[in-house]
Amino acid sequence: MERFLSPFLIGLIFGAGIAVSGMINPAKVLNFFDVAGTWDPSLAFVMGGALIVTFIGYRLALKQPGPIFGGGFQLPTRKEIDRPLVIGSAIFGIGWGVAGFCPGASIPALGLFQPDACVFVASMIAGILIARAIRRSLDARRALQA
Amino acid sequence: MTEFTPLESLAGGALIGLAVVLLMALHGRIAGLSGILAGVLPPAASDWPWRAAFLAGAVAAPVLLGLFWTPDFSSPTPRAWLIPGGVLVGIGVFFGSGCTSGHGICGNARLSVRSIAATLTFMATAGLTVYLVRHVFGGF
Repeated sequence: MERFLSPFLIGLIFGAGIAVSGMINPAKVLNFFDVAGTWDPSLAFVMGGALIVTFIGYRLALKQPGPIFGGGFQLPTRKEIDRPLVIGSAIFGIGWGVAGFCPGASIPALGLFQPDACVFVASMIAGILIARAIRRSLDARRALQA
Repeated sequence: MTEFTPLESLAGGALIGLAVVLLMALHGRIAGLSGILAGVLPPAASDWPWRAAFLAGAVAAPVLLGLFWTPDFSSPTPRAWLIPGGVLVGIGVFFGSGCTSGHGICGNARLSVRSIAATLTFMATAGLTVYLVRHVFGGF
């Protein structure tokens, strides 16, 4: 139950939300950013709806002693705004602006059997693997210098 | 042109929020899609089964919905441009530690300063990129 069925059903709700909201449609996402052209403000309502539910729901959930299936709440603890965070986010935004897909919208889009979604997801996976290799070589160089 | 859909978008956003809250309440996890995906790529994280199940559910949703209704889909970006676009997204979310879901929803709802900074940054560069592509270079 907690190993497969529960995360599968939660993923199903997430994917349904992406589909119903219109985030699954790259044309709609690109139009959200095109304030100077064919602007479609819908994406602000997606973020708004998700943030209201999460803001309230997280406060209720995180008041509990732990998650229902155990294991403790795994929350990020870092506070500093460092260079990788800002440069990485800037690079992500450029890719998002080119493609119109973000990771959370592209995965459900695979279920539409659209070749464009497959090309994007394969390229994104390649990007993550390239980034891991860059991180490894940076860490190795740092270890040598230390 | 795409139609302005405030009600569908708000309802869909609320469903996304519900999934995000359930993943925390039941499993104690942040619903960041880039992080969940990275954890199933080899060498996979030790907790890869829940990640794979979540991703399978996310892919299955439009398949099941498709029995009743198919969402609008059109990708204006030429297919060849999806490759550099996807690679940049992959590299960016890895170093930036998250994407629209992990930072944009989960982190901002926790009022994390890192997520607020990340969200402002990627929204700004995405907007600038679309402006340059469409209105300066006359592209897609």
